[in-house]
Amino acid sequence: MPNPNADPLLRVEGVSKFFGGLTALHQVDLEIYPGEVVAILGDNGAGKSTLIKCVSGVYKADEGRILFNGHDITSSTPHDVRELGIETIYQDLALAENLDVGANVFLGKEKQKRFLGLIPVTDDEYMRQESAKILNRLDIHIPSLRQKLVRLSGGQRQAVAIVRALYWDAKLVIMDEPTAALGVPEQRKVLALVRSLRDQGIPVIIISHTMQDVMEVADRMIVLRRGRKVAEVPRSEATVEILVTHIVGGSELL
Amino acid sequence: MSATTTMTAKGRLLNTMSRSGAINVIAQLWPWFFLIVLVVYFSATGTGFLTIRNFGNILVTSTLVLLMATGQTFVIITGGIDLSIGYTVGLASVISATVMRDLANSGNDPTLAIGIGVMAGLGAAIIPGLLNGVLIARLKIPPFIATLGMWGVVRGAAFLLTTGKNIVGDLPADVRSELRQIGNGSLLYRIPEEGIVWFKQPADLTNVQLRGLDRLLPYPVLIVAVIVIVFAFILARTKFGRHTYAIGGSKEAALRSGINVERHLIIIYMISGLTAGMAGVLHVFRFTAGSPLVGDPVLLDSVAAVVIGGTSLLGGEGRISGTVVGALIIAVLQTGLVILNVDALWQFIVVGCIIILAVLVNQLQSYFESQKQEHQEEYA
Repeated sequence: MPNPNADPLLRVEGVSKFFGGLTALHQVDLEIYPGEVVAILGDNGAGKSTLIKCVSGVYKADEGRILFNGHDITSSTPHDVRELGIETIYQDLALAENLDVGANVFLGKEKQKRFLGLIPVTDDEYMRQESAKILNRLDIHIPSLRQKLVRLSGGQRQAVAIVRALYWDAKLVIMDEPTAALGVPEQRKVLALVRSLRDQGIPVIIISHTMQDVMEVADRMIVLRRGRKVAEVPRSEATVEILVTHIVGGSELL
Repeated sequence: MSATTTMTAKGRLLNTMSRSGAINVIAQLWPWFFLIVLVVYFSATGTGFLTIRNFGNILVTSTLVLLMATGQTFVIITGGIDLSIGYTVGLASVISATVMRDLANSGNDPTLAIGIGVMAGLGAAIIPGLLNGVLIARLKIPPFIATLGMWGVVRGAAFLLTTGKNIVGDLPADVRSELRQIGNGSLLYRIPEEGIVWFKQPADLTNVQLRGLDRLLPYPVLIVAVIVIVFAFILARTKFGRHTYAIGGSKEAALRSGINVERHLIIIYMISGLTAGMAGVLHVFRFTAGSPLVGDPVLLDSVAAVVIGGTSLLGGEGRISGTVVGALIIAVLQTGLVILNVDALWQFIVVGCIIILAVLVNQLQSYFESQKQEHQEEYA
């Protein structure tokens, strides 16, 4: 459970993002504390993915600030944000399907060894073995780690994306629709992973349309509608009806 | 798994092929197989094909396409294409020949003139590459269009430098003879009835001996072999190569992993320019002259070599070894048709057919892959 006396790990202050004449985000405020799972809800076009991309450095916020662990990451690149410990798993997984598991887990941070003691080359065996360790720890089974990702099922690819996030000692994990493409058993595994991350003190931001997932795993729910934050509901007060009402509008009825 | 009671023969074949991964093996190996078939065919039907001299010829001829295709392989794997390298070859040959000529004529040592000429040619070739890279990576212009534009620019530049002439050929004699030592030279010679000589072609050969002289390890082939091996290594084993494949597979994945995609792509197009420059400079060594016209006729062959070798034009996959086979197939074809006295124009038709075949094999691979995917999703 989050410690309300601790400082927030992530602080989003008055962030706005415009695309031409379209306001994707308007003055959004958000705080994430260590050891909690926060769900971000909202209909299509509410701004959930945009918000996440502002945090992870893919987009630059047009207004406002984003602070992580004391660092101002408003203008940071995805590389810098990863270095600081924020790992993001996107809805489209952002995996290179033409590469294998090890290559994807280590993409951008490849482990190298010396060929003939001199020339730096990629240490594929090491990367494969390290990935295998985490896959085993998470009880995920992938028959051959040498296969390119295009040969794996949706659930296996999702697992690879999660392994990639976990391997780099993430201090904050962001997941965009993590269970969308998965079968039921794999969905349960992903949610178990989310819980174990939280138990290790690593906060998780999870964007989801799936109410059951959200109700099961989130400590706090934040609802966005048309780029604005319209509600922030702790688990204890949340029901599906309340959340849906916020998402769709008509909270005047509450 | 549901029982399939009535499956057509075609269905059964496709099923087996897709499950066994046979298609992937076929896709990888067929260019080699085709090359061997071609060599066997021409050896059987053409006199003088199966000789060391002819094989030497084939290898030397293939160096131009191979160098261009090596850089092109990197570019195509990232999902792009470089149409400008044809005239970059010409530009590099013109600049290096001009520099060699002018430096030697103003009293400098010929070897020094040659050395600086080489540097000048290579340096000049990187510039169109850099420009391509900036246009494509930073200004987000599609590679086809950017490099098409650069094609025109480089063409103009090359001809401006020769003041419209087709050739820069008036290099002084001492420079030419030094150039020929490498361009025409070989690490190993076989003199008829005398045996093997290393390094230098003996000066005192009779005309008969000269006609029968075999160059066993021509320098151009050795130089290009080393260059190709280096680039193959970079692509297959280094972080740079890994990122190249990643960008081709998913630019988004690369971006979000923190890879500096913009910088990487600029370097890729500079590599393409560099290998084209090497081809242009090599031309000067072989023919002791530079010309704007050297590379452009061979541009499509360079792309063909890459595609025949198994690299997908969509990006993300491909190997230099495949490109080598592709370049050899084209060179064997050209030489073989000449030896058979077949109109050399037939080579265009044949190469065109092989390209289509290569793309079809690639498509089949993707099709089976997606079939396997669907199968897995249903029963996962």
